[in-house]
Amino acid sequence: MDRRHFLSCTAAIVVLPFGSASATPEAMAEAIKKMVGDAPVRAERVKLDLPPLIENGNTVPLVVSVESPMTVSDYVKTIHVFNEKNPQPHVFTAALSPRNGKAIVGTRIKLGDSQKVVAIAEMSDGKFYSASADVIVTLAACLEEST
Amino acid sequence: MANVLINAPKTAKRGAVVEIKALIMHPMETGFRPGTMGKMIPRNIIEHFTATWNGSEIFRMEMSPAIAANPFVSFFAVATESGTIGFRWTGDEGFLVEEQVAIAVE
Repeated sequence: MDRRHFLSCTAAIVVLPFGSASATPEAMAEAIKKMVGDAPVRAERVKLDLPPLIENGNTVPLVVSVESPMTVSDYVKTIHVFNEKNPQPHVFTAALSPRNGKAIVGTRIKLGDSQKVVAIAEMSDGKFYSASADVIVTLAACLEEST
Repeated sequence: MANVLINAPKTAKRGAVVEIKALIMHPMETGFRPGTMGKMIPRNIIEHFTATWNGSEIFRMEMSPAIAANPFVSFFAVATESGTIGFRWTGDEGFLVEEQVAIAVE
């Protein structure tokens, strides 16, 4: 990253600390509620791997793993990931089946600010489990077009 | 033409759980960024990713703009039979890329 690009990113962060189109913890809770309904979500069985300190929010490695035998009678149906402060709370939804053998999904995401990331797993029996991670982002996903 | 990078074993024992990684070149433009002229750059993302094993679906992912540029996905699959693993990405502006790799199961 050259100096001009860095400065333009930094300026965008300083000028727009709270972008107009930004999700909030409430928006995340609402998005989760829409996906989960009124079912209880227990904070166990799910592991969310994210670096605690992120230097560059443009690409953040993320791995969600769920403890599950992944058999026909007991498997992870879907994994949802949500965030608090990106423009939209939803990050991704992955659909799994016993064909996967292991309930582990990895990808790379963008993070616009220091925030909490939540992973929710829906089991084949309809129960929900979750995990969350608090991350600090030093350089947010760049808001401006690079020049 | 989009560049695709697939990392999957060429051979596997029957019943083994293998890791499959897929990377595709794509800007994943969020639609929330102003361009140099101050106008918003229109959204251009990959929305769906599916993987199939000999035609039957084994993995599916719905993506939001929060997925980083050049989307990378890793997941696992049980090696059931020899054949092909297919990958399909679809998204905004009629984006559609398909790729397949062969796997031998013994």
